[in-house]
Amino acid sequence: MTSDDRWSPGVRSYASMGYYDADYVPKETDVLAVFRVTPQPGVDPVEAAAAVAGESSTATWTVVWTDRLTANTHYQAKAYRVDPVPGRAGEYFAHVAYDLDLFEEGSIANLTSSIIGNVFGFKPLLALRLEDMRIPVAYVKTFQGPAHGIVMEREMLNKYGRPLLGATVKPKLGLSARNYGRVVFEACRGGLDFTKDDENINSQPFMRWRDRFLYCMEGVNRAMAETGEIKGHYLNVTAATIEEMYERAEFAKELGSVVIMIDLTIGYSAMQSMAYWARRNGMLLHLHRAGHSTYTRQKTHGVSFRVIAKWCRLIGIDHLHAGTVVGKLEGDPATTRGFYDTLRLDSIPANPAHGIYVDQEWASMPGVMPVASGGIHAGQMHQLVELLGEDVILQFGGGTIGHPMGIAAGAEANRVALEAVIKARNEGKDLLREGPAVLRAAAQRCGPLDAALSTWGDVTFDYAATDAPDVIATASR
Amino acid sequence: MYLRHGAFSYLPELTDNEVAAQIRYALDNDWPVSIEYTDDPHPRNVYWEMWGLPLFDLTEPDAVLHEIHDCRAAFPRHYVRVLAYDARLGRQTTALSFLVQRPSHEPGFRLVRTEANDRVQRYTLQPYATEAPAGARYSPE
Repeated sequence: MTSDDRWSPGVRSYASMGYYDADYVPKETDVLAVFRVTPQPGVDPVEAAAAVAGESSTATWTVVWTDRLTANTHYQAKAYRVDPVPGRAGEYFAHVAYDLDLFEEGSIANLTSSIIGNVFGFKPLLALRLEDMRIPVAYVKTFQGPAHGIVMEREMLNKYGRPLLGATVKPKLGLSARNYGRVVFEACRGGLDFTKDDENINSQPFMRWRDRFLYCMEGVNRAMAETGEIKGHYLNVTAATIEEMYERAEFAKELGSVVIMIDLTIGYSAMQSMAYWARRNGMLLHLHRAGHSTYTRQKTHGVSFRVIAKWCRLIGIDHLHAGTVVGKLEGDPATTRGFYDTLRLDSIPANPAHGIYVDQEWASMPGVMPVASGGIHAGQMHQLVELLGEDVILQFGGGTIGHPMGIAAGAEANRVALEAVIKARNEGKDLLREGPAVLRAAAQRCGPLDAALSTWGDVTFDYAATDAPDVIATASR
Repeated sequence: MYLRHGAFSYLPELTDNEVAAQIRYALDNDWPVSIEYTDDPHPRNVYWEMWGLPLFDLTEPDAVLHEIHDCRAAFPRHYVRVLAYDARLGRQTTALSFLVQRPSHEPGFRLVRTEANDRVQRYTLQPYATEAPAGARYSPE
């Protein structure tokens, strides 16, 4: 192509404008994105991938001469690899590289405005999904990262060697502040480490935020005095404006809480502001991923949760809900493992079987504590520990509050089950095989655990996951 | 009250064999083990007294059990805990902690409320035991 062709006014293919380059070798400092592209019928996959690169970086629909005022090839994103998705006709994995100069330092808002901006509505594509991203270390280092992280959280709470336990107060809506604080008190004194506001508990007519904070902290402190261990309640400070959130967070601090909570719905900039606040004020920051399934669940369109998890780690969240595998909410085991690795490990090699398409180095950025919540109970404790490991918060809402002997008994059942399983694991027992026997033995000494096992027994939510990785199994990797 | 501290405080007291199994798990992970004791059970009392230095380079739990016995004998009415430490990059923190002795009588904690403005309460946790000077707490009944 002569330069005249390239710059002639009119419409040209994105690939011919330089947004596809099969020979491009990504730089260490490039931001890499892996998209699942479903082109409209008749659209060439390479051109579709080039269009994604173009529309998420410098391009518009027609040639503009003002590109010639810039070092335009530097600013162009380049699709450099396009592979058919195994077993999924019409879908392609497109790998795109972006120069670091395209992004403002330390701004998830800016990163996402490019990568998931206009391009997701682009007509020649039937659907588009952001599957994974490699954030280069050079960009990682421009973010604060978790306000405290897993290691500091454990030291702050003085709790080691076992998963932490929590419960979300139920019913989600309608309790008065006084009744709500009762649930917090009973669950914490029974043996949980944390209780939690639900995502939609903010400041409604039946319970205003300030009253909730006062009664919850009464419950937390009473439970600390009864047990001699540190407890917390995730006080949800989500509100209509960042100013209001700061006010609520300041009040949580004044009351001596160790943790506050926000919802994903507040937006990336507000999340980042609260993460800075949490670092400044020595407060753990819990994030409820409210709304994420609207764009993470369907595998052809949206953003994978593993990308959201990466952004949350950069933003500075301490706790993030990441699935249970065995509970009531979406969660393929391999995909969930990919989420947990993304949150907890420092160096994560590409592993398409877990939905990890690119290497990720965190350069010692602290890990985020994953939270497993939704339809889990004490009878699954051995599976949860086996699948999710030790650095995780296991949250049993219904499985604590719905206990036939009361909330404190429900909490005790979960704590005894957890400690018995951890002790057995450390003794070398095979949890998946011997776990049920370990739980039954512990239940002989603990009436509440016995009651929990007979109430929920083998309750499972066994449905096929919608978001499972698409890979061809190979003999060795 | 019954102090909840360490990973196994909701289980029956561990026997020496069970303690040895947990120590073996720590040593198999290359975690050095240490022993600490205190008579101040406040949950934010981080620095319990060290019973000697951490025991590095062990492969068998016997030596740790020996030290635990000596510590218990020297401080029969204190809390004694075992800690395993993970020095790997990215951890550099305690990996496991559990009690191996507690006083026979645990008086618990007083919750002190200070009334502040606008219904705010300020809470302070005070172990009843620490009303006596260090070393003179948890005397036999």
